[in-house]
Amino acid sequence: MSTRSGSSSASSLRRLALPMAALLLLLLFNFLFTPGFFAVEVRDGRLYGTLIDILNHGSKIGIVAIGMTLVIATGGVDLSVGAVAAIAGAAAAHLIVSGSSPPVAIASGLILGVLAGAWNGILVTMLRLQPIVATLILMVAGRGIAQLITNGLIITYDSPTLTFIGNGSLGGLPFPVMMLAVVLAITAILARRTAIGLFVECVGDNAAAARMSGVPDRAVKLLAYASCGLCAGLAGLIECSYIRAADANNAGMLLELDAILAVVLGGTALTGGRFSLIGSVLGAMLIQILTKTLYMQNVSADIAPAPKALVVLVVCLLHSPALRQRLANLVSRRAGA
Amino acid sequence: MKLIPSPRHIPMLATAVVLVGAFSLGSALYPNFASWGVIRNLLVDNAFLGIAAIGATFVIISGGIDLSVGSVMAFTSILIASLIEQHGVHPIPASGLALILGAAFGLGQGALIQAFRLPPFLITLAGMFLARGLAFAIHPQSLGIRDPFIATTINESLTFSLPLGPRGIQIPLTVDLFIAAAIVAWLVLTGMRFGRAVHAIGDDEHAANLMGLPVARTRIAVYGISGFMSAFAGVVFALYQQSGDPASCKGMELDAIAAVVIGGTLLRGGVGSVIGTVMGVMVFGLIQTMIAFQGDLSSWWTRIVVGVLVLTFLVLQRGVEWVGRRRN
Repeated sequence: MSTRSGSSSASSLRRLALPMAALLLLLLFNFLFTPGFFAVEVRDGRLYGTLIDILNHGSKIGIVAIGMTLVIATGGVDLSVGAVAAIAGAAAAHLIVSGSSPPVAIASGLILGVLAGAWNGILVTMLRLQPIVATLILMVAGRGIAQLITNGLIITYDSPTLTFIGNGSLGGLPFPVMMLAVVLAITAILARRTAIGLFVECVGDNAAAARMSGVPDRAVKLLAYASCGLCAGLAGLIECSYIRAADANNAGMLLELDAILAVVLGGTALTGGRFSLIGSVLGAMLIQILTKTLYMQNVSADIAPAPKALVVLVVCLLHSPALRQRLANLVSRRAGA
Repeated sequence: MKLIPSPRHIPMLATAVVLVGAFSLGSALYPNFASWGVIRNLLVDNAFLGIAAIGATFVIISGGIDLSVGSVMAFTSILIASLIEQHGVHPIPASGLALILGAAFGLGQGALIQAFRLPPFLITLAGMFLARGLAFAIHPQSLGIRDPFIATTINESLTFSLPLGPRGIQIPLTVDLFIAAAIVAWLVLTGMRFGRAVHAIGDDEHAANLMGLPVARTRIAVYGISGFMSAFAGVVFALYQQSGDPASCKGMELDAIAAVVIGGTLLRGGVGSVIGTVMGVMVFGLIQTMIAFQGDLSSWWTRIVVGVLVLTFLVLQRGVEWVGRRRN
């Protein structure tokens, strides 16, 4: 038992080595070439600076990435998180404007997120649709639903509570960072201190074998998708809090891409099985630092996706067993000759 | 006995029923709906989507997916607009270069997917980012094409009239290109050895390998075709809009996939047809037309109705597979 946990922590460290190295490389680059990147100042008992900004926006991606990690670990994927975020934000803002109390609005946004996730889970488990396809439906229809809620308008609201979610601070750090910490802690406890994490990995490794050994594979998948929906809903609330408005057309745009990339960068295999929550959070921060670095090097927000894509391709290739196999063959052939 | 269709054809027959049903419903609800003008607009407004969806049909039959379609279209449209307007290149070589680049882009994606066993959706997702960023790098805003060759020669002289309806209808070149692409794709998929290999890979890659089919070459070619067709759709889009726009065609890959699914192609691969896809594109267009005719419905309903239709067809596909298994 001790050897198993020893080897697994060693392998998880190995998996984290790549994102850590990339992270340090980017920070080094900014240390050398971006003046003021590491400047942090305290104003009104609150930290300000580029790094804090990265933590803040990276937390939104990180929260979604945690939910996405669970889904990907079961061997699935959720393409609808951006649309679900738009629905949650639109619903919360709409309820605030129509006179509901902030707690009701926030709870409704989160519940809608869970329902959307559960819907995806039902399509995957009951109808046995491929996850890409099942979540594609909500990705297409979800933004339409969000538009219907806002009636196609950008809803601005005035609510200190909802505004606090994205703009408030706790202990000097932006509130989204705290929420990320809480989401990570709860998920980590459930995943590592109960059997749920093991079940998720079993289902992702081999769903049929998991079922044979008595793992409730459908319930596990349903739980993973519902959790992912909840995380997407929370991210939607953060996003609509950042701009103090719900914009159904642009909220959560490309969120699914950033979240999936964060998970992949963090070393969780897209084929399912072993997962790393910390890795995904690191991945999210990595993406946000990359984005911020590009902006600070005066790359326009429109062009920024291109270098991001190249980074993703390189990381995917480095993670690919096929490439490792080829390199290993090459090395052994050289050694043999 | 021959009157009972084989289970694998049921989704496509359902598409035909939905197409006829939607058109009949529109004609019953709205005056002036059942006209040659509406049919003409259906073809003109969806020609570029149709061409993109034909490319997506190849990929989906082979069991893959291509999410880079919309970005490659946008890249192509702004590339040719920039070449023609800013660099004085004639439209024909400009379009030719765009088509070559599109095919090369697709081949590159296919090679990565095949050589390193990477998931298609991930590689084409990265491709989607890359092409979109490159499109903005060429020119950050939309760019009108005022070249007389496109405005006059292609969009006016090559438009021909069909004596249908009271005033006849004008069919532009873009519709001819769509129909030609559909016919060629249909011939390739049904009549050529390559087309059968595409089906075989989607059905069972392992079996295809054992049969000695060139799996690697076929898979890479399929993504090359999708890239080429995306670029082709981008050219048609630029002709249709008479402009290039790096921000255009967002989500077009989803529309294309939706049209392919509504057209009865199985998303797990192996079964599908170009005829179904063309019908799927027409159903997609009819939904938009009906929502426009209704007048008081917002255009976001299109997304919701398309989502529901896709779900319906996926459930139907599941049902057909289930019946097929029980027969065996």
